[in-house]
Amino acid sequence: MSARAVSTRYAYFPGCSADGVGRAFTESLYAVFEHLGYGLDELEDWNCCGATAWPSVDQDQAHALSARNLALAEDRAPGADPVDVLASCTGCYRALLKAQEALGTAGPTQVKLGRALAAIGLDSEGRARVRHPVDILLNEIGLDRIRQAVVRPLTGVKVASYYGCQLIRPFSTFDDQYDPTSMDRLVEALGAEPVDWPLKTRCCGGSCYCGGPVIGAMPEATMQLSYALLREAAKRGADVIVSICPLCQFNLEGFQDRMAKRFGHPVDMPSGFITQLMGIAMGIDEKRLGIHRLLRWRLPVAPAPEPAAVGAPAAEEGGGDA
Amino acid sequence: MLEHELTPRPPAPNGGPRIGVYVCHCGLNIAGKVDIEQVVTFASTLPDVAVARDYKFMCSDPGQELIEQDLRDGLVNRVVVASCSPLMHEATFRRATQEGGQSPFYFQMASIREHVSWVTADGEDATGKAKALVAAAVRRVALHEYLEPRKAEVQPDIMVVGGGIAGIHAALVMADAGKHVYLVERESTIGGHMAKFDKTFPTLDCAACILTPKMSQVRSHPNITLWTYSDVVGVEGFTGDFTVRVRHRPRYVKEELCTGCLECIEKCIHKQGKFEDEWNEGLSKRKPIYIPFPQATPPVVVVDPEACIWFKTGKCPQTCIDACERDAFDFEQTETFDEVKVGAIVLATGFKTFQAERMPEYGYGLYPNVYTSLEVERLLNAAGPTGGEVVLRDGSEPKVVGIIHCVGSRDAKHNLWCSKVCCMYSLKLAHMVKERTGAEVYNFYIDMRTPGKGYEEFYDKILREGVHMVRGRVAGVTDEAASPEEEGHLVIRAEDTLIGSVRRIPVDMVILAVGITPQPDAQDVRRMFNISCGGEGFFTERHPKLAPVSTFTDGVFLAGACQGPKDIPDTVAQAGAAAAEVLAMVDRGFVMLEANTAHIEDELCSGCKTCVGLCPFSAIAFDEERKRASVNEVVCKGCGVCVAACPSGAAQQHLFTDEEIFAEIEGVLAYV
Repeated sequence: MSARAVSTRYAYFPGCSADGVGRAFTESLYAVFEHLGYGLDELEDWNCCGATAWPSVDQDQAHALSARNLALAEDRAPGADPVDVLASCTGCYRALLKAQEALGTAGPTQVKLGRALAAIGLDSEGRARVRHPVDILLNEIGLDRIRQAVVRPLTGVKVASYYGCQLIRPFSTFDDQYDPTSMDRLVEALGAEPVDWPLKTRCCGGSCYCGGPVIGAMPEATMQLSYALLREAAKRGADVIVSICPLCQFNLEGFQDRMAKRFGHPVDMPSGFITQLMGIAMGIDEKRLGIHRLLRWRLPVAPAPEPAAVGAPAAEEGGGDA
Repeated sequence: MLEHELTPRPPAPNGGPRIGVYVCHCGLNIAGKVDIEQVVTFASTLPDVAVARDYKFMCSDPGQELIEQDLRDGLVNRVVVASCSPLMHEATFRRATQEGGQSPFYFQMASIREHVSWVTADGEDATGKAKALVAAAVRRVALHEYLEPRKAEVQPDIMVVGGGIAGIHAALVMADAGKHVYLVERESTIGGHMAKFDKTFPTLDCAACILTPKMSQVRSHPNITLWTYSDVVGVEGFTGDFTVRVRHRPRYVKEELCTGCLECIEKCIHKQGKFEDEWNEGLSKRKPIYIPFPQATPPVVVVDPEACIWFKTGKCPQTCIDACERDAFDFEQTETFDEVKVGAIVLATGFKTFQAERMPEYGYGLYPNVYTSLEVERLLNAAGPTGGEVVLRDGSEPKVVGIIHCVGSRDAKHNLWCSKVCCMYSLKLAHMVKERTGAEVYNFYIDMRTPGKGYEEFYDKILREGVHMVRGRVAGVTDEAASPEEEGHLVIRAEDTLIGSVRRIPVDMVILAVGITPQPDAQDVRRMFNISCGGEGFFTERHPKLAPVSTFTDGVFLAGACQGPKDIPDTVAQAGAAAAEVLAMVDRGFVMLEANTAHIEDELCSGCKTCVGLCPFSAIAFDEERKRASVNEVVCKGCGVCVAACPSGAAQQHLFTDEEIFAEIEGVLAYV
């Protein structure tokens, strides 16, 4: 990896999806953060966030899973300062936030969680703050820094940002619940054109069977929901749809041929992660961004500039690229 | 003007205090939690207690008679009642004490219902606390001085704040009874929300035909002083004797000269309206000089200095001035103030509709053809921006219209309350839109709430007219077309709970039935008039059932939707009730006041003058020769500021002496 000096290091919680089917998200996230001079340290010994079918069986036990992750993050960073725990998968993000709320709210659940943590020699002082990478990119790294890092502006590329359900619901820590714009602002900073569309928070169908092979349990319902998103994005002129959830991305990308057959209408919409789009605009090697893992990626954009051009702004940042 | 009602009597006869303690069961309200027998037995052992009794309802006639009989028999000369809160029945038991031949202030109340039985889980705890509070009251009442009630004259004039239908009706009733009424309205015309409607439910009679005659009556009534474009900026005094300061904002037109010929508007240098017309909810443009609507009362034009070229640049031929034959213009006008004395105040400050932008899922402000109900009221109004035609922003007529109920109401995320009028006005709008355009109309409702005379019958009539009713909370309004039929339309997505499926209904126009919310400045208003309001901001009535138009501040009354969502019939009824209560008070001619004035213990006064400057009523005089302060108890209002500030404890207040308060505290602590 890069030898670049990094100013801040965040505890990163990949979760099962962004570590598995959506590993391109994790890969591109590492690449982009490092390129911007920020580091991610994977939270050692992390476990399932509990956002599976478990909450409907026992909510407190599901909280306990996430609580362990938060306690681990505090344990790894002794002191009094808050610890930012980054979760890229929005399912994990929401599950961890819920646990954070349960840990901080006096009541029987808080007591149970305290006991569960004590049984494994951990405790939580409430220092762990669950954050989403989009929040960090926008509010800590900042649009100026991102703009400076762009070497291949995505001029003329129309991007539909898909926020999905859990980034802003039920918690909306950094964006509007009904009309989120955080991703659109990132897209704009890359020189691309955000597509204004009414379905940016509409369900992709992933919740119809959460945590396993998507489009599993209720294929018809899921297909209809995903199809509505792809159709509307195409209708609004989007060249590409980007998301921040491995499940959404997979749902939107993986079944387009089946949809075309089912609904009798051609469906062909490139779908990737916002961090992949950012990496491309920053001139980062496509391999590091996991572009090869995507099924139908293409961008109406000029080819990558010569490596020399890439080196120039990077040197300004205080280090060479990998 | 204050005077003593009772002739002075000697202090308690036969020496020291003999206290009677009366413990109330309040049915099972208190007795269900507190062991009454224990409290009575305990009370009878306290010093100075001559008798302790209990009764099922102390406030009832036989309960009061118990107290009066003991007083008349000379068995007791001071009274403690352990029951509800002073707010509820202090006046009742003071009266009983007085009926029994004692000073009404030889009485103390222990609140063992609100402060004990209703809020304590454990019976034993409750009984212990009840005992402690009784002991405190006993210790305190033993120290009470002999005081007499004060009586104050009532100013005969009355103020009504707010000139909607509530304020108009209350003002007219009181003026017809011969009282002089000041009616203050902050807009440039009276009429309020009702003046914006075309028709009213359930009779569909024309709002203007029933309202404008009343408006003109207000203007011409010899007993009403109408102050529009004015607001109350200060209230001082107390019941029967308020001093209210009113600010008149400049219209830049002399109200007494303007006849409302509107020539000046015609001749304004602006040929077209250019500025948002607030009266039409922004659906039309007005000029810098305007009148909200032709029947505005008073029919006086207003100049908007934010828009007028003369005010903005100083360069304008001022064609308006030339057009005015009456020489009514005065561009030098500034704010003016009036100060009036009134005996009572009726607050009728009304409501605001819920801001539809707060529910972005319904697309208001995003999609041009999403309207609020108030906007559609203006479209339907013959005097409105389209002359009564229901048309979309592009001028075309809608073929399908969807009305979404409960926007902002019955919603845990916004307002929990039902706004009470929206079901009915939505049905009215459905009827009128269908009548004017022939459109298919869909109503999306959670529950239909149509209680009221003729209301359910109206609902039935609308159903027969073929208005579609979909029972389900609307999820959202979108312009995403899922099928060719939806292209170019707005789509309302809702669950139809009666057929058990999710529906998408393409429409041309969406009407949001926005709910009723308190005025945004309700908090400031309530502070100024020293009344309370609920957490949501509606003003609190003194008692939800038995005193629905009075407030906790004597002399201040409520009418209309400032107290809670109300339709026009309810508003008018409440305004009439408020007027009747004011008349009863003013015609009696006097009010009884607390005996809680302050006085200075001459020998303790150090002459520091701290109290003199602090007294808000200038009731404290200072004798420079003797270096002593003294309180004029006729002017003193009993606020207690001097008592709290006096460094040497010389300033004392009747009913709140240090000894009384310390004795009360000791009483609580001695028995916990």
